[in-house]
Amino acid sequence: MAPTVPSAAKSASPSQPSGKSEVADLKQQLRQLAGSRAPDADDQRRDVFKRVISCMTAGIDVSAAFGEMVLCSATSDVVTKKMCYLYVGAHARAHPDLALLTINFLQRDCRDQDPTIRGLALRSLCSLRVPNLVEYLVTPLATGLKDPSAYVRMIAAVGAAKLYHISATACIDADLPASLKALMLSDPDAQVVANCLHALQEIWTLEAANSEAAAREIETLYSKPVVFYLLNKIKEFSEWAQCHVLELASKFLPSDNNEIFDIMNLLEDRLQHANGAVVLSTIKVFLHLTMSMTDVHQQVYERIKAPLLTLVGAGSPEQSYSVLCHLHLLVMRAPMLFSSDYKSFYCQFSDPSYVKKLKLEMLTAIANESNTYEIVTELCEYAGNVDVPIARESIRAVGKIALQQYDVNAIVDRLLQFLEMDKDYVTAETLVLVKDLLRKYPQWSHDCIAVVGNISSKNIQEPKGKAALIWMLGEYSQDMHDAPYVLESLVENWDEEHSPEVRLHLLTAVMKCFFKRPPETQKALGATLAAGLSDTHQDVHDRALFYYRLLQYDPAVAERVVNPPKQAVSVFADTQSSEMKDRIFDEFNSLSVVYQKPSYMFTDKEHRGPFEYSEDLTNLAVGAEAPENVISAQRYQENDNDLLLSTSDKEDNGTRASNGSSTSTYNAPSDLIGLSSQTPAETSLINTGGPTYSSQSNFSLDDLLGLGVTEAPAPPPPPALTLNSKPVLDPGTFQRKWGQLALALTQECSLSPQGAASLMNPQSLIRHMQSNHIQCIASGGHPPNYKFFFYAQKDGATAFFLVECIVNTASAKAQLKIKADDGTAAEAFSALFQSALSKFGLS
Amino acid sequence: MISQFFVLSQRGDHIVFRDYRGEVPKGSAEIFFRKVKFWNDDEAEEAPPVFNVDGVNYIHVKVAGLFFVVTTMVNVSPSLLLELLQRIARVTKDYLGVLSEDSLRKNFILVYELLDEVIDFGYPQTTSTEVLKSYIFNEPIMVDAGRLPPLGPAAMFMQGTKRMPGTAVTKSVVANEPGGKKREEIFVDIIERISVTFSSSGYILTSEIDGTIQMKSYLTGNPEIRLALNEDLSIGRTGSSSYYRSSSGGGAVILDDCNFHESVHLDSFDIDRTLTLIPPDGEFAVMNYRMTQEFKPPFRVTALIEEAGPSRAEVLLKIRADFSANVTANTITVQMPVPSYTMRASFELEAGAVGQTTDFKEGSRRLEWNLKKIVGGSEHTLRAKLTFSQESHGNLTKEAGPVNMNFTIPMYNASKLQVRYLQIAKKSKTYNPYRWVRYVTQANSYVARL
Repeated sequence: MAPTVPSAAKSASPSQPSGKSEVADLKQQLRQLAGSRAPDADDQRRDVFKRVISCMTAGIDVSAAFGEMVLCSATSDVVTKKMCYLYVGAHARAHPDLALLTINFLQRDCRDQDPTIRGLALRSLCSLRVPNLVEYLVTPLATGLKDPSAYVRMIAAVGAAKLYHISATACIDADLPASLKALMLSDPDAQVVANCLHALQEIWTLEAANSEAAAREIETLYSKPVVFYLLNKIKEFSEWAQCHVLELASKFLPSDNNEIFDIMNLLEDRLQHANGAVVLSTIKVFLHLTMSMTDVHQQVYERIKAPLLTLVGAGSPEQSYSVLCHLHLLVMRAPMLFSSDYKSFYCQFSDPSYVKKLKLEMLTAIANESNTYEIVTELCEYAGNVDVPIARESIRAVGKIALQQYDVNAIVDRLLQFLEMDKDYVTAETLVLVKDLLRKYPQWSHDCIAVVGNISSKNIQEPKGKAALIWMLGEYSQDMHDAPYVLESLVENWDEEHSPEVRLHLLTAVMKCFFKRPPETQKALGATLAAGLSDTHQDVHDRALFYYRLLQYDPAVAERVVNPPKQAVSVFADTQSSEMKDRIFDEFNSLSVVYQKPSYMFTDKEHRGPFEYSEDLTNLAVGAEAPENVISAQRYQENDNDLLLSTSDKEDNGTRASNGSSTSTYNAPSDLIGLSSQTPAETSLINTGGPTYSSQSNFSLDDLLGLGVTEAPAPPPPPALTLNSKPVLDPGTFQRKWGQLALALTQECSLSPQGAASLMNPQSLIRHMQSNHIQCIASGGHPPNYKFFFYAQKDGATAFFLVECIVNTASAKAQLKIKADDGTAAEAFSALFQSALSKFGLS
Repeated sequence: MISQFFVLSQRGDHIVFRDYRGEVPKGSAEIFFRKVKFWNDDEAEEAPPVFNVDGVNYIHVKVAGLFFVVTTMVNVSPSLLLELLQRIARVTKDYLGVLSEDSLRKNFILVYELLDEVIDFGYPQTTSTEVLKSYIFNEPIMVDAGRLPPLGPAAMFMQGTKRMPGTAVTKSVVANEPGGKKREEIFVDIIERISVTFSSSGYILTSEIDGTIQMKSYLTGNPEIRLALNEDLSIGRTGSSSYYRSSSGGGAVILDDCNFHESVHLDSFDIDRTLTLIPPDGEFAVMNYRMTQEFKPPFRVTALIEEAGPSRAEVLLKIRADFSANVTANTITVQMPVPSYTMRASFELEAGAVGQTTDFKEGSRRLEWNLKKIVGGSEHTLRAKLTFSQESHGNLTKEAGPVNMNFTIPMYNASKLQVRYLQIAKKSKTYNPYRWVRYVTQANSYVARL
C-alpha cells in the first residue's frame, strides 16, 4: 500500500492534483476516526497515519491535515504515537496555534511510567521548534535530566540543545548548562555523557559570542580533568561518541611530554578499530599531540601507515575514498615516508575515477630516485586506458614527475613515445607537457623538436595541445626547418580556428618567428596582424593592435618584448600555499581534507549560493544578539592571528572558528583578499616563460591600451548631506524597518571597471563603504553577483537610510533600492551613496 | 552534526526523508540527485561520495542500488558520516532481512522508527541492533527474497553450493520464523577480495588480498564465542622494506595488518591466535585484514592480439584454473577492450563449450566472455577475429587491453587463513547450534596486460 502512494504522486503534474485530493481524502478519514471507538479503530488509524507519512516523504504538503492529526493523536498504540510525533515535529512550526493542542498529551506522556514513552514524548516536545511553547518545555527537560532511566536522560541532554536553539534565554535562565555539566562528569551511562558533551559544546560555542563566561566554560571542556576523565572511559562510549571525545582530545594542549605519552598509550589500540572514523580521530590526536616532537611525529607516520592502508582495502568504495583522502594529505606532507609503499597506490581496475585521480597525485608526489622507473612504467600503462580522463591524468602525472626529477632522460623518451600512439588526446596532453619540460630543461629542445616537428598541426583538435605546439613553433623556429610555413598555413585557416587561446598563441608565435627568420615570415606576419585586428575577440584584437603599434614604434623594442632572453623555469608555482596546506592539516579528519580546502572556504556564507540572500536577514534576526559587524571584526582578527601563529598555537584558534555554528553568519577572513590579489602575480610569474594569458592579466592589458578608464563615469559633485560616522542599528530593527518603510528610490548606477575588478569578495566593498560612513548589515553572493544591505544615519538626526545594493561585477553595474525614515533626504543620500560607490577601487 | 538523512531510489524518489535540524534549504534531495546524475556529463565520471553544493555538504553511499544520503552544514568528519551511513544500511538489513527498494518501501515506518533512535538532533546515538531492539515497535514486513536480485557479499552464498541454507542470509534478526521458534545458528564468512596484475609476459606485478571475517549471529542469550585462526599466523612485515617476502617458511600466513570489531577481545590472540567475543545481534565484521605476501593466483590469464592482414586482427584469450578440482568458480566474466576502430568481432569457442557466451560491446569497444563455471584444473580458450574500419597503425597492444576478469570462488581462499574451530560457550548439554563457516574469494581487480 505504501509504495503506491508516492509513485502515484510522482507521476502527477507539478500542481499535483492527485496529492491534493489525497490530502483531502486523508483529512476526511482522520475526522471519521477521531472519535471512533470501534474495535479496529487503532488499526485503521495506523493505516491512515502511514499514508500521511508516506505522502510527507514523497514531498506532498500534508500540513493541511494538522488539526485532524492532532485530534487523532490520543492513542495508546506506540507505533501510531511515533508516527504522530514524527508528523507533529515536521509541521508544528507552520501551525504554532494548533501545536499547542499537542502539548497536553506530550506532557502527559512525559510522566508515563514507561521510560520509553517518557523519552519519546520528551524528544518530540523538544522537536516542535515553536517559540511560544517554550514555557512548557523547561520543566519536563529539567525533570528529564534527573530521570532514573538513562534513555530519558540521554534524550533530555540533547533536548537542552534543542531548547537553546528555540530560545537561548529560556535555556540559560533555567540553568540547564550547569545541570548538563554536572551530569557529564557524573552520569554512569556513556551515551548520556556523550550527549551532554554535544549539547554543552553547541550551547557554549553559540553563547560565547556574547558572554565571556561561556567562552571560559568552553576552555574548561578542553582542560586536563575533563579530557582525561572522558579518555579514561573511552571504551564505554559508542563508536560515534568515541570519535567525538577523540576530536575533543585532539584540541587538548598537554603540559608535558608525559601527558602526551599517557594519552598515546591509552589510545594505541584504537588504531586497530574496524571503524575508520575511530581510527582517523585517533590519528588526529596522535598527529596533533606530537607536533612539537619531530622524531615521535615521524614515528606516528610510520605507525599509522598500515592501519590506514587496511582501511582503504576494507569497506565500501565510499569509505575507502575518505580514508584515501587522508592518506593523500599525509603523502603530500611527507612523501619521503611513503616512497617504499608506492605499489599500494597503483590504480585498480575497479577503482572509481575519483579514487584513481587521488592515487595518481600520490604516485606523482612519492616518485623519487628509488622508484621513479617503476612508477613511470605503471603510469604509462594507464595512458592507453579506455578511461580517457584517467589516461589524460596519467600523462600529466608522468610530466609532473619529469619536472620534479633530476634525471629525466628516460622519462622524456617515454613522453615522446606517447606521441607515437597517435591518439588525439594523448598527443594533445603530451604536447602540453613537452612545452612545460622545455621551459624547465631547454637542453632537451633538440630531441623534442625532432619528434614534435613530425606532428601535423592538422591532427590536433584540442586547443591546449594546439597552443602548445604553436608555442614551440614560435620559440624554436630557428631549429624547426619549416616553422614559418607551418605557421603560415595555420594563419591561412585563421577563421576556422575557434579557440581564442590558439589565435593568441598564433599571434605571438608568428611575431617570434618573424624576428628569427624575417624574410620567410614577413608575409605571414602581415596576414596575422590583419586577421588579428579584425578579430571579434577582444583579447586577440587588442594583442594584435599592441603588436602592430609596437612594431610601428620601434621593431627593436618589439623584439625585446616578444623574444627576451629567457631563463629556464626552476620551479613551477604551487597551486596551494603552505599556509593553506597547514590549515587543512589542522582540520584533519574533516571535510576540508576531502575538498582540499580549509573550512572557511566552504562553510562561510560568502562562498555559498546566491539563493540565501533572504535567509541572511532572517538568520541575523534570530541569531545575532550582538551587532553583526562586531562579530565579523573578531573573525578578522582571529584569522589574521592564525596566519601569524606557529602551527602548534594555531590549533586552538583555528578549530574554534570551525566549530562556530552554521547559523551565525560570519564573513570571509581577510586573508582571502590577500590571497586573491596574489593570484595575478603568480600567474604572471608563470607566464614569463610562455605566453599563456589568463583572464586576470587581461585587466592590465586593457589598462595598457588606455581602454576602460575613460569609460568610468565622472564622479558626481559631493552633495551637502553628511552622515553619522558611527551609526548603530541592530539586524532585527533593520529587518523591521525594511519591511515597514516604502521604497523611496530605485536606481541603477555604474562602478568603475577597477572597482568591479577588485570586488573579489564583498569585504572589500564593505570596508570601502564603511570609510564613507555607510555600514553593511548583511552581504552574500558569488562572483559576478553580490548583494549587500547597507545603512547609514544622517549626522545629528535619528533618521536612517536603508539600501539594498545588488552588484554585478561583470557589467560593473549596481542596482540600488533605497528606503529612508526621512523620505525628503533620500535623493541627497542616493547621490552620496553613488558617489561613494563610484570611487570604489580608484583609491 | 547531521542536518538531514534520506534514502533515494535510482530514479530519485524519496523512500525515507528525515530532517533533524531544519537548517538546510528546501529541495536538498532534488539538488543532490541532479548533481549525482549529471556529475560530469562529458567525461562520464562518477560523483564522489562527498561534495558541497551552495554551502550544503552532501555525503552518500550506494547500497543495494539506493542512495543513502546525509546533509550537513558544518565541517564534520566525512569518515564518520560514511561509516554511519553504511551502518544504518546494515542495521536496516538486520531488521528487514533484505535491503532493497521494495523492502524499504514496505517498511518505511519502521525505518523512521530506527532513524529516530539512531540519530537525535544530528548526533549519532546508537547503531547496535541489539540496543535498538528495545525501542523499535514495528514488526518488519518480509518481502520475498527469491524475487530479488542478490545483493552484497552474502548473496554469493546463495548460488552454487547446496550446503548453504539459502534463506538464512536474508532472514531478519528480529522477526520470528514462520514456525514461531528461532533457529539457533551462527554464520562465519571468510570473504577475500583479491587484486592481481599480470605483466604482458605473465609475471605478477602486484598482488593483494583484502579479507574480512564476517559474522552473523542468530544465537539467543549472547553466548561467548571463541574463534581460532591459523596458529602460525603472523601480523606485520618486520624490518624488510621490500614489498614481498618469500613464503618459504612452510606456508605460514603473514598478514600486513588487520583490525577488529569493538566486541573482540584479543587477550589470548598473541598466544594462540584465538579471538574471543560475545557477538552482538546482526551482521558485522569481526576482523578485516590485508595481505601482500605472495600467493598463488587462482587463475592464469593469457591474452594475445595479432595482426591478421590489413584491417584485421586475431585475439586469443586463455584461462587456466590453478586450484583443486573439487572447487568450482562461478559467474566468470572476462573483458578485453579492443582498438576503437573495431567494427565487428566474430568468436570461436572451444569445442564442446557449455555455459559460455560471448559478446562484442560496440559502445564501449570491448569483448566480453562469460562462463557459468570453471572447474579447478581446467583450461578454457576463446578466439576472436576482429575487423577494423581502418588500417591499424603499428602497435596493436597499445590500442587494446588490459584484460580484466571477474569471478567468485566459493569454498576457496587465497590467503590460506583459516578458522580452525568455532567454539560456542555451552549453556546446556543439548545446546548445539548450527555453525556455518564459509569461505569465498572474489576478484577485486584481476588484470592481465597485453
